[in-house]
Amino acid sequence: MIRIRDLHKSFGPNRVLRGVNLDIEAGHTTTIIGGSGSGKSVLFKHIIGLLKPDAGSVTVDGVNICALKERELYGVVGKFGMVFQGGALFDSMTVGENVAFGIRQGREGGEPGIDIEAVVERSLEHVGLPQVAHLLPAELSGGMKKRVAIARAIAKQPSILMFDEPTTGLDPIMADVINELIIKVSASSEITAIVITHDMVSAYKISDKIAVLYEGEIIETGTVAEIRNSKSEIVRQFIEGRAAGPIQVGLK
Amino acid sequence: MPTSAPGRFVLGFARHSGGIFLLAVKAFAMAFRRPLRLRLVVSHLYLDGIKSIPVIFLMSVFTGGVLALQSFYGLQRFGAEVFTGSLVGVSLTKELIPVLTGLMLAGRVSASYSAEIGTMAVTEQVDALFTFGVNPVQYLVSPRLAALLLMAPLLTLFGDFVGIMGGKVVATLVVNQNPNLFDSQLFRSLEIWDVLSGIIKSVFFGGAVAIVGSYFGLQTEGGARGVGRATTTAVVTASVIILVSDFFWSKILPFSLR
Repeated sequence: MIRIRDLHKSFGPNRVLRGVNLDIEAGHTTTIIGGSGSGKSVLFKHIIGLLKPDAGSVTVDGVNICALKERELYGVVGKFGMVFQGGALFDSMTVGENVAFGIRQGREGGEPGIDIEAVVERSLEHVGLPQVAHLLPAELSGGMKKRVAIARAIAKQPSILMFDEPTTGLDPIMADVINELIIKVSASSEITAIVITHDMVSAYKISDKIAVLYEGEIIETGTVAEIRNSKSEIVRQFIEGRAAGPIQVGLK
Repeated sequence: MPTSAPGRFVLGFARHSGGIFLLAVKAFAMAFRRPLRLRLVVSHLYLDGIKSIPVIFLMSVFTGGVLALQSFYGLQRFGAEVFTGSLVGVSLTKELIPVLTGLMLAGRVSASYSAEIGTMAVTEQVDALFTFGVNPVQYLVSPRLAALLLMAPLLTLFGDFVGIMGGKVVATLVVNQNPNLFDSQLFRSLEIWDVLSGIIKSVFFGGAVAIVGSYFGLQTEGGARGVGRATTTAVVTASVIILVSDFFWSKILPFSLR
């Protein structure tokens, strides 16, 4: 269970988060939707502890992430598996080394006797890329990079999986492959998945719950059906993808 | 926030000076914390140290050569050309080789650190390290610092030797000085403290190159342009730190002004 309470964050004069409140239930997939610049990525970085808020708290399984010292944070972060927007694969390492990275780091603190190669193989098979362990990230297509990033995130068996705009920049078919993959890897009741996206097709397909972020606040949360039938003009404009409405994005 | 150019410069200078100092302290402390990243240290010793040998060799041999050439003709005006070996030995080991080795490392290594870490920062690879419970400073900066703290003095010692050899070759083959005279003057005036003061400085220069390169890499924002800017800033800053601090080191080190 992740509980976000009254989270505020500014960068200089730019108030990005203006009091975010959100409960993310364990074992479910929660999608945070919002336009570009609505603060989705900043919110994401607070959940995992990469950014410290100006005010408010993020509680993960009863631990306030924001109050932890740097060294304590490294102990908690093992629960998370994160899939970055561009993959963020380590480009000096092969695909296999990338997938093994999390397990190797985890082993320094214990868990001896894991067959790392077997885990790498299994993780890559899970994302449908069994033959690429020897390649470098630069040799992969955009969709393959995302899938390897998912394999790398699941290899260390996290209880919370986070996806940062997983379908952005992909063709519709590859986007759907990624959607299916997210459903597959988060099917276990042990896994809490959090996805940020502005791709409504993806959001409808993968989510148990959708939260709408607008101008630094969560303005509505609900199931897919509830969001589809939202009465809020702002939410309607966003999910229907209309330029005209209360959200003004001017052509300057 | 001051918007005037001098105001921004002063604020930026204070912020970066503090940031570089804090990173140096953190990276040094973390170098001794488990897990020790020995494999990474060895890889940087090779990539940034051993592979710098050719350029240090070239720089040293020609610096020693031109110094011998100019010293010989300069000293000849006073009938003092016999002291060519002394001048070459002392100048090279105390000042020229440590500073030029530092500048070479600033150009070659500081640039590569800031570009590599900067690219990692803008493609979220640094954030990705964090999500695996790996401290980016310990993983990226400490091994680089350890490698250069070790390699800079070794390269300087190597450069001292090569530079003096270059000087001797020019003194004997180009201006036809007796090689025994060169050697005898060299060993009569060159003291262990001359070499040592250069070596001590070079440890600091190596550390500055590693930290400054890594610092501007970690600060990188804004894609390819940001990486280019970080690289330029790192090389200029490391070079300036080397040139300015060299003066103060020479003044501070008790045996450097003898």
